[in-house]
Amino acid sequence: MSNEKLAAPELGVIDVQGMTRQSFMIKGALAAGTVYGVATVAPFVSEAIAQEGGGDVDILNFALTLEYLEATFYEMGLKNVKGLGGDAKELATTLQENEAEHVKALTEAIKGLGGTPTKAPGVDFADAFSSQKAFLKTAQTFEDLGVSAYNGAATQIKSKEVLGSAGAIVQIEARHAAAIRGLNKQPITESAFDKALEMEEVLSAVKPFVKG
Amino acid sequence: MSDVTEREADAPRDSAMHELARDDSSRKRFLKMMGGTSAAAAFTIFLAACGEDEKKKSSGEPKQSSGGGSMKGDLEIVQYALTLEHLETDFYDAVIKSGVIKDKALAEVATAIRDNEQEHVDALTKTVEQLGGKPMKPETTFDAVIKGGAQKVLETAATVENLGAAAYLGQAGRIKSKEVLAAALSIHTVEARHAAALNKVVGKTIVPDGAFAKPASMEEVLPLVKPFLKA
Repeated sequence: MSNEKLAAPELGVIDVQGMTRQSFMIKGALAAGTVYGVATVAPFVSEAIAQEGGGDVDILNFALTLEYLEATFYEMGLKNVKGLGGDAKELATTLQENEAEHVKALTEAIKGLGGTPTKAPGVDFADAFSSQKAFLKTAQTFEDLGVSAYNGAATQIKSKEVLGSAGAIVQIEARHAAAIRGLNKQPITESAFDKALEMEEVLSAVKPFVKG
Repeated sequence: MSDVTEREADAPRDSAMHELARDDSSRKRFLKMMGGTSAAAAFTIFLAACGEDEKKKSSGEPKQSSGGGSMKGDLEIVQYALTLEHLETDFYDAVIKSGVIKDKALAEVATAIRDNEQEHVDALTKTVEQLGGKPMKPETTFDAVIKGGAQKVLETAATVENLGAAAYLGQAGRIKSKEVLAAALSIHTVEARHAAALNKVVGKTIVPDGAFAKPASMEEVLPLVKPFLKA
């Protein structure tokens, strides 16, 4: 089993069992790129992705958009929610930090696959910051949605590395969802099986929060 | 996935675990496949724990499976998950029956989690059967934990749920069938929810690994659940 460094060090926590041809080609090309220059190897990377993993970049960009929304939501919430304190403030701080790390890792992963990371979307969270209660209610919506978004996209992922990192992130989203639900006095989960949502369903659910 | 050609013509596909329990040579081959002697040592615990139950249920002819080589790997992973879910369900059943948790709200949480785990057992049992296998059920014991009192029980629950979540994450990349992967993922995040809620109860961080959850392999998980399996 290979222990070589991944293109995105954040993803190095994933113990990858077996390597796909695509990832092997990408890693080889990236290694060559450090010697011969990125311009030389870019076509080979693109080719590898076109053959087997083009969809993974799209999925990662979809995930990145959601993580941007979440990270921005908590960042703005921490600044703007009046009377935010205690457990809620502490949790929002942890969640903001986690989501920011997800943004960073996904950005690196997309670059590692030769893709272009999507830009942070414009946001409009309406009256979600009007009170701690409203803030936590919207937070629960985001985290439950995040879980279902990753679970729905994961089966479409080609690369084992990408699947591993999506799994490492979705577990954190689920932990966030449970913690927020605890503060909202809601059950830990709606069901013994978390829902998987299609990309279109997720995008239409976040549409009210995206501006422009 | 169509490019999987891994195949062991002489290994049984229908009731792999059952076959392993009585056939020494196929057991060795399986354990070798599982990745070495530490896994081998760990997995024999499961076989010992499941042996008696298997004997009782093995009167009928094993069903033939139409699954290919890739399904065999998935079957083993689903059996492993089923064993962990049985362990969790048995644990919460024993805890609830013992009445060790006096706090009403916490007892309700334990019951809600138990119900989730029972649903996981039911779903995975069906999946094993669909893949042509005989569902495994370990013999478990939680006396030592329950004797330790409510705090010990809650801490153990948190440990088991965090381990369960890590165990699912550790298998995700090895699953071949999209249907099995989807099922595993939908359970994985519920285990993670349990883990976070119980971590909160016992005063631990909801995200012990930080922003990225760490996976655990079978070799890492099996020794940790050994104390709960009857030899």
